[in-house]
Amino acid sequence: MSIDLSQFQQVFFEESFEGVETMESYLLELDSEDTEALHAIFRAAHSIKGGAGMFDFTTIVDFTHLVETLLDELRSDKRAVTPDLVTLLLQSSDCIKELLHLAQEEDNSTPEQVIATKQQLQALLSGKELSGKELPGEEPSGEALSGNDTSSESLAALEQNSEASTESQDNTPEGWLVTFAPHPEMLQTGNEPLHMLAALQDLGPTDITCNAELLPDWTEINGELCYLSWQIRLQSDVDRDEVEDIFSWVEDECDLTLEPLTEQSQTAPIEAEAGTEQHQSLPELEPEQQPAIQPALPSTPAQPDKSAPTEERRRSDRREKPDRRGTMDRRSGGEATSIRVGTDKIDTLINRVGELVITQSMLAQIGRLESLEGPETLQRLQQGLAQLERSTREIQEDVMQIRMLPISFVFNRFPRLVRDLQGKLGKKLELVISGEGTELDKTLMEKISDPLVHLVRNSIDHGIEMPEQRLEAGKNESGRVELVAYHQGGNIIIEINDDGKGLDADKILEKAREKGLVGEDEEPKLQEIYELIMQPGFSTADEVSDLSGRGVGMDVVRRNINELGGNIEIGSEPGKGSRFKITLPLTLAILDGQQVSLDDQVYIIPLVSIIESIQTPEEPVNAIAGKDPLYCFRGNYIPLISLRKVMGQPEATEQEQLIMIVEANGQQYGLIVDDLLGQQQFVIKSLEENYRKVEGVAGATILADGRVGLILDVVGILRLYRRINQRRARRGDNVIRLNAG
Amino acid sequence: MATILAVDDSPTLRQMVSMTLKDAGHTVVEAKNGQEGLSAAQRQGVDLVLTDINMPIMDGITLTQELRKLSNYRFTPILILTTESSTDMKQKGKAAGATGWLVKPFNPDKLLTTVKRVLG
Amino acid sequence: MNNLESDTQDSSPNTSDPQYLTFILENEEYGVDILKVHEIRGWAPATPIPNTPPFMKGVINLRGTIVPIIDLRERFGLEALEYGPTTVVIVLNVVSERGEQIMGMVVDAVSDTYSIADSTLRPAPDMGGVISIDFINGLATIDNKMVIILDIDHLLSAEEMEVLSGASDMAG
Repeated sequence: MSIDLSQFQQVFFEESFEGVETMESYLLELDSEDTEALHAIFRAAHSIKGGAGMFDFTTIVDFTHLVETLLDELRSDKRAVTPDLVTLLLQSSDCIKELLHLAQEEDNSTPEQVIATKQQLQALLSGKELSGKELPGEEPSGEALSGNDTSSESLAALEQNSEASTESQDNTPEGWLVTFAPHPEMLQTGNEPLHMLAALQDLGPTDITCNAELLPDWTEINGELCYLSWQIRLQSDVDRDEVEDIFSWVEDECDLTLEPLTEQSQTAPIEAEAGTEQHQSLPELEPEQQPAIQPALPSTPAQPDKSAPTEERRRSDRREKPDRRGTMDRRSGGEATSIRVGTDKIDTLINRVGELVITQSMLAQIGRLESLEGPETLQRLQQGLAQLERSTREIQEDVMQIRMLPISFVFNRFPRLVRDLQGKLGKKLELVISGEGTELDKTLMEKISDPLVHLVRNSIDHGIEMPEQRLEAGKNESGRVELVAYHQGGNIIIEINDDGKGLDADKILEKAREKGLVGEDEEPKLQEIYELIMQPGFSTADEVSDLSGRGVGMDVVRRNINELGGNIEIGSEPGKGSRFKITLPLTLAILDGQQVSLDDQVYIIPLVSIIESIQTPEEPVNAIAGKDPLYCFRGNYIPLISLRKVMGQPEATEQEQLIMIVEANGQQYGLIVDDLLGQQQFVIKSLEENYRKVEGVAGATILADGRVGLILDVVGILRLYRRINQRRARRGDNVIRLNAG
Repeated sequence: MATILAVDDSPTLRQMVSMTLKDAGHTVVEAKNGQEGLSAAQRQGVDLVLTDINMPIMDGITLTQELRKLSNYRFTPILILTTESSTDMKQKGKAAGATGWLVKPFNPDKLLTTVKRVLG
Repeated sequence: MNNLESDTQDSSPNTSDPQYLTFILENEEYGVDILKVHEIRGWAPATPIPNTPPFMKGVINLRGTIVPIIDLRERFGLEALEYGPTTVVIVLNVVSERGEQIMGMVVDAVSDTYSIADSTLRPAPDMGGVISIDFINGLATIDNKMVIILDIDHLLSAEEMEVLSGASDMAG
């Protein structure tokens, strides 16, 4: 029988990556004598090693083995947990992750980092053995360089150990005379002498004699004890080890002797009654627990040479690496993304589908009626439709639910990040995470991860002061960075708060003027100044630091968030800290939207962005020379943008005009539309799949009548509008336009 | 064929053991840790228990001890899944009442021959 | 007998030759590789996309997929026609640098299908006409008619460049 192992590989990788994350998160908390954490870390490493062994990922086995050994020492108090040690273990978990990735890509190379870490581990482990002292986190010493030898030795030992060793001390005889006398209690460990005899038969022709001398009187037999012993003549050229292996489980529970058979002894006459005697005695001995076995030994079909070839095959399997890898390749076929879903979610879904089927059959029944007349039929139809509507909605929700994962998947990487930054910057940091159970769409999760990392880095790098400065300012020595997630009205809010020095408005403004982002005569409001840091081509750091200055600016962060249909707001208080608040839709697949129209075209505005809709404004619309009209909304003047103009539609014939007040990244504006239609949920379709990205449009959807409706991107519209205005200004087009008023 | 209880916290191992045994015609009951394994064994009779040692909540050694305390599991074969690095585990397992062990890593063929060895 | 019969059908070209779907545009016949044709459908109003050139008619819902439609007449600078019941959209699979995309093009009418051996294609002279020779794979002659074989991948992806550069001007 040969079973294709590669089918289990996907699970192995999923499990192992989770295992690495577990290791990492526990390691970060591993400060005191937390035995539970140590056990969990050990288990994770252990499982990874175990699984890797199954698939012949020897590099992973080899490396993880060292980690496991070290963890075992920690676990059994042979070594103390030190910060250096934790750092080494974290580094090791990185290595395991890297090796897993490589294994996934069938890359057999061993990265430098892994080799270095391995040497450190070996040095640490061997250092301990040699001197008996603790040498946590020592630099790799000279002996570590010979580490490769040690590891290959240990691997060799491992291989030998895991397979029955074929080395034999004796000259291979022509057979074995085995005396096997189980201790009376042997049955109580679930071992069955019969099976061992059968296993011997598998090795070659046997001739078995049963010794029933110790069998007590019939009435005194204790069914739980074994009174019999056996002498077996095995005619086979197998090694001693192979015979011993059969009894390896019970070596402490029996008396066993093995004598090589000589030519003469082999020709000894076969005692015919041996089998018969056994046949009689055994079923009586174990009447209760072995009823299924009617195991007259002689009747067991002899399967000569069966286990030997199995061993053979297994060994050759190991060598057939290229072939096996080939199969895996075809199976995995690129990196298919998958989600692990709780069975409860699936069960709910199945229940719902069950309801749907019932509704369907009910409606089908009505459909078969000759006529729909009669109040009863109509009522049933209405009921059925109502039920159908409910089921559809519920199934939709349930399916979306399957895509939802707790944000802890993203948040979990931050303790590590903060720990690393702390070391690099010499700042003291405290990370507080809350709401990590908040669920959001898997795709969103993947896409929000990098922007979040950037924001947290930014807060730590630019926001949090050095410990001395903090003390001077009367603050706690360690800076506090807060990551918060929560749901709010159909949205996910993620906040990144810090208690650092806050944004320096003067400096930002100065920089923005330098870069030409703000004109010399312009005096932006405080909030507008803060927004400047998210303008393309802006960087506040005096010198580009290693951390934040990696070529990705805050403008990219904002753009990424906008592309997800979200917003980012900046809040800051000098000396007290800053706050970045990200608002995201729950999912990328479904959108709550408000339909608006221009003539017969329907557009959808995401509900998230809408503040208010206003019919024919009574407040005055003011126009500044050369600029578009402004509207006074709640005491603030906000620009009014004609959707018609932005969408390149012909100018309106006098229509009743409506203003939708929307908010884009903290900037409010009014969007002038013709009419307001209903609100509903829309399935988001991609425009880019067959076309391309269109400025001002976030995507498309299928409307109830089957037409395509465009989903507006309020941030993009503002951008588009500014560009149109700039172009107009450049053209010297200073005509005062009041067309929207 | 036999009903076999497979106890392991690693989904990879569980899946491999379970699929291999099912393909060979056995019925497999899966459990994620010793505690789950014990309840499963109490809920329904099994003919063989395969258990990992290192598991959260209840480890394999404790599971073996607990099973041996139950009258209907006194003679049931219990195999512990162990690694080469833990040879003393074999002894611990035996002391707890395990029938034998299966050394990890193992492949499906090895698993089947071992299972055959205890079930006959 | 059988052999004779098939031999007599000499006039029909070898079946392994590429097949082309031809359509009419301003009395000229154009051909596209039939393997690229997804389907042929009647004209239905499309949802306009803002700030795109006039030949970009918008997007339609093709069984749940959003598919852009261009008007080939307008694309080639020909006089735009009113769309009527006979107006046809050829939906094509186009391979561009973006990967495989589905696009529709409005033509005057669908004409026929022909098998045309590559060897019989003649290079197109630069007529300085409406279609740049860059988008033409060659000219074929069928029953004394000229059929212009289009390089549809090139035509429709080059389209993109036009659209992109055109967009800024349209927005003004």
